[in-house]
Amino acid sequence: MNESVYGLIAKFDTPEDVVEATRRAREAGYRKIEAYSPFPIEELTEILEFKPKIQYLVFIGGVVGAISGFALQYYASVISYPLIIGGRPFNSWPAFIVVIFELTILFAGLAAVFGMLGLNGFPHPYHPVFNAKDFNLVSRDKFFLVIESADSRFDLDGTRTFLESLGPEEVTEVHP
Amino acid sequence: MAASTEPAEVPVIGPGQTYATVTDRVSGVVLSKKTPKGWLLGFGIAFIFMMLMLFSLTVLFVKGVGVWGLNNTVAWGFAIVNFVWWVGIGHAGTLISAILLLFRQEWRNSINRFAEAMTIFAVANAGLFPIIHTGRPWLAYWLLPYPSMFQLWPQFRSPLLWDVFAISTYVTISLLFWYVGLIPDFATLRDMGENKVVRRIYGLFALGWRGAARHWAQYSRAALLLAALATPLVVSVHSVVSFDFAVSSVPGWHTTFLPPYFVSGAIYSGFAMVVTLAIPIRKFYHMEDFITDRHLENMAKIMLATGLIVFYSYIMEVFFAWYSGNVYERFLVWNRMVGPYSVQYWMLIFFNGVMVQFLWLKKVRRTPWLLFIIAIGVNIGMWLERFIIVVTSLSQEYLPATWAHYAGTFWDWSLYIGTLGFFVALLFLFLRVLPMINMFEMKELVHHLSHKGKEH
Repeated sequence: MNESVYGLIAKFDTPEDVVEATRRAREAGYRKIEAYSPFPIEELTEILEFKPKIQYLVFIGGVVGAISGFALQYYASVISYPLIIGGRPFNSWPAFIVVIFELTILFAGLAAVFGMLGLNGFPHPYHPVFNAKDFNLVSRDKFFLVIESADSRFDLDGTRTFLESLGPEEVTEVHP
Repeated sequence: MAASTEPAEVPVIGPGQTYATVTDRVSGVVLSKKTPKGWLLGFGIAFIFMMLMLFSLTVLFVKGVGVWGLNNTVAWGFAIVNFVWWVGIGHAGTLISAILLLFRQEWRNSINRFAEAMTIFAVANAGLFPIIHTGRPWLAYWLLPYPSMFQLWPQFRSPLLWDVFAISTYVTISLLFWYVGLIPDFATLRDMGENKVVRRIYGLFALGWRGAARHWAQYSRAALLLAALATPLVVSVHSVVSFDFAVSSVPGWHTTFLPPYFVSGAIYSGFAMVVTLAIPIRKFYHMEDFITDRHLENMAKIMLATGLIVFYSYIMEVFFAWYSGNVYERFLVWNRMVGPYSVQYWMLIFFNGVMVQFLWLKKVRRTPWLLFIIAIGVNIGMWLERFIIVVTSLSQEYLPATWAHYAGTFWDWSLYIGTLGFFVALLFLFLRVLPMINMFEMKELVHHLSHKGKEH
């Protein structure tokens, strides 16, 4: 194991190439790998067998929003400041639906945004992969595949030979 | 093969665009050191009108709402008209970014960014009006539920309070949705920037985005969920705005069809505003490859569809007033047509109901300057519609002894025109510092189109 290397990075020109390379790396048994692209590519998620979990957080956010919306209005209208208006009951729940709805959306939306940022570990200003050569092109038009040195099958020369067999434009080392 | 199956289709993206050209073209506008002279001129003019807004607001705060044309009978004037108009304009942005995303309308990718920007700036203006309309804006926080020293709570059974929740949720979700869409593009600007300060600033907002596949998966799922949440939200917002009217017992307001009528009117005016902005922007920035005639045509079709719903609502409004047999409702409709505000009424019928019929013609939909004129007409018409709804019902209500005429004063008009300047000034700033087109979604579109080409 070479401690001074974060991993090896291969640069590809097309999305098809990086998808194929990622598939072959998985098949070769590599697990600590990550593909980088300028736009989302669904096949990569399938190959990496990654399942996004954000939807559970959004659901919880929505439920919490609905409950707190009702609790707020119930507390204000029934417990804290009961006021008879037009002879209606204090807990006039049909009139509360709009605020419950809005708070459901608000909390679920906040959960979606901050949940996504949290699950992705953002903000994350420094990452070894930013040191890689030409990596600034990942947000323009290039595609990358990284095999981390932490992978049990990682071997500097062997992995390099393997990556080069996948038809990349270039393979370089990533330093931490 | 593709060409023979879809002969008349104009593509949604110009020929020969690649990932690199899309990125360079869009980020170039932002990263260019030179600010175009036209930009300076346009921003300067808008800025002057923005100053007019601040001046008008200062006079309002010093002297009070008496400077407006309000009177005891008509207590809802320009402030409410402008509020409804601005919120409505915002709705097109959300429709484009959320509803068209759910329907997988990929043509939306190039217009959603600035439509969303338009939403946020329009809603910022909209939010201003109810607050200053309260007369003592420094106490606007009383609208919010909080454990106050007075031991009072806001009235949760009132549509006016529902509005507070609807609008604040709408602003928050729109802003977050916009920011989430910008994160990968901020990363592009960080990576493309030549200047260290520029890279630092965009890098700060990019939060360390690096395009990892796992991040994209989480990100795309979150964006889809946000779209699914924003879709009912946008429908609810203008429905709640219409409750402000419909839940009252004023003739012309107390009808059940107001929510769908308001929502379609909102989308109608919003698309008119998107078209009004898209035509000059694409010309000035030479973005015809990204905002093609196909986009304009699609937007024109949505304008036509929603315009027809709005026109149908006008007709139903008249029919129900007659069919209800209610003398006050009948009088209201008659009074709109021949009363003191009949000029505004027939103008709105012309702009919203008649002029839009030209969009049936493909030639008109494909000719930018004709479309531009119609869109401007719809903007005016929709403002007049809100004016008619708010003012005619109030100025001649049940009791003739309380009747009063209403007209905006200089301060009403200066504030309204000032907010237009504020809106345009914000848009100019947006065009200069943020990518006006969503770059990663455009690259996704290039990717999908290249796949389609291979299948044929």
